[in-house]
Amino acid sequence: MMSVIVRTIARLATPPILVFGLYVIMHGHVTVGGGFQGGAVFASATALVLVAFGSERVRRYITVSGLTLVSCAGAVLFALLGFGGMCKTFFYNFLVGSPLFGHIPEYGPAHEDIWTGGVIAPMNIGVALNVIASLSAIMLTMAVVSRKTGDGE
Amino acid sequence: MARKLFAAITLVVVAVMLFVVAVVMRPFGEPPSVMDDYIIQNTQEVTGANSAVAAVVFDWRGYDTLGEATVLFTAFTGVALLLRGLKDGSA
Repeated sequence: MMSVIVRTIARLATPPILVFGLYVIMHGHVTVGGGFQGGAVFASATALVLVAFGSERVRRYITVSGLTLVSCAGAVLFALLGFGGMCKTFFYNFLVGSPLFGHIPEYGPAHEDIWTGGVIAPMNIGVALNVIASLSAIMLTMAVVSRKTGDGE
Repeated sequence: MARKLFAAITLVVVAVMLFVVAVVMRPFGEPPSVMDDYIIQNTQEVTGANSAVAAVVFDWRGYDTLGEATVLFTAFTGVALLLRGLKDGSA
């Protein structure tokens, strides 16, 4: 647990970080960024909260077993979407032209349309779940262990 | 002595390699661009995505991304396995 200044700043900064991470994830197939980058941004909020409030308090709200579940769900979603195009090839983009994320933009600079990209958008979400949960769980585990062994806060 | 000899040989080989590459290298701004042009021309039609980078990462190079996700997952599994005993309070 850090001083009250750090905790107040962390309280103020965490929601915008989470929203920006979600924005980068959701618009991965339209603008720059994607699942990995947005997931890293999202997980950096976990690091901030861990440093500011200490691992004991964070452990009350998120557990490593729950994060394991989310991480596995993201990885399985990603792999299943890869297998979904198996009628053609592995990782074939089978959602192009369908109602779900199926719009095909015109060639050249296009208007922002969230329903494009086919299988890329749900894959971004799967990878993002994997990245968020894995990074958060690694940081949480290390924080808890360093507290137990007396290396750090 | 053998180590110094080895270091000298390595230095010479690397220096020659870098020199040759620097001489043979294409002019700046003219990469071999057959594949780049294909991707730029066809990204929006084939994958429906406006972001060509996302299309390459998740569509054309999906295998690679699967490996990346696996690397991260393996790191998480390793940390969880190694530190599990400590976390349960045995330390």
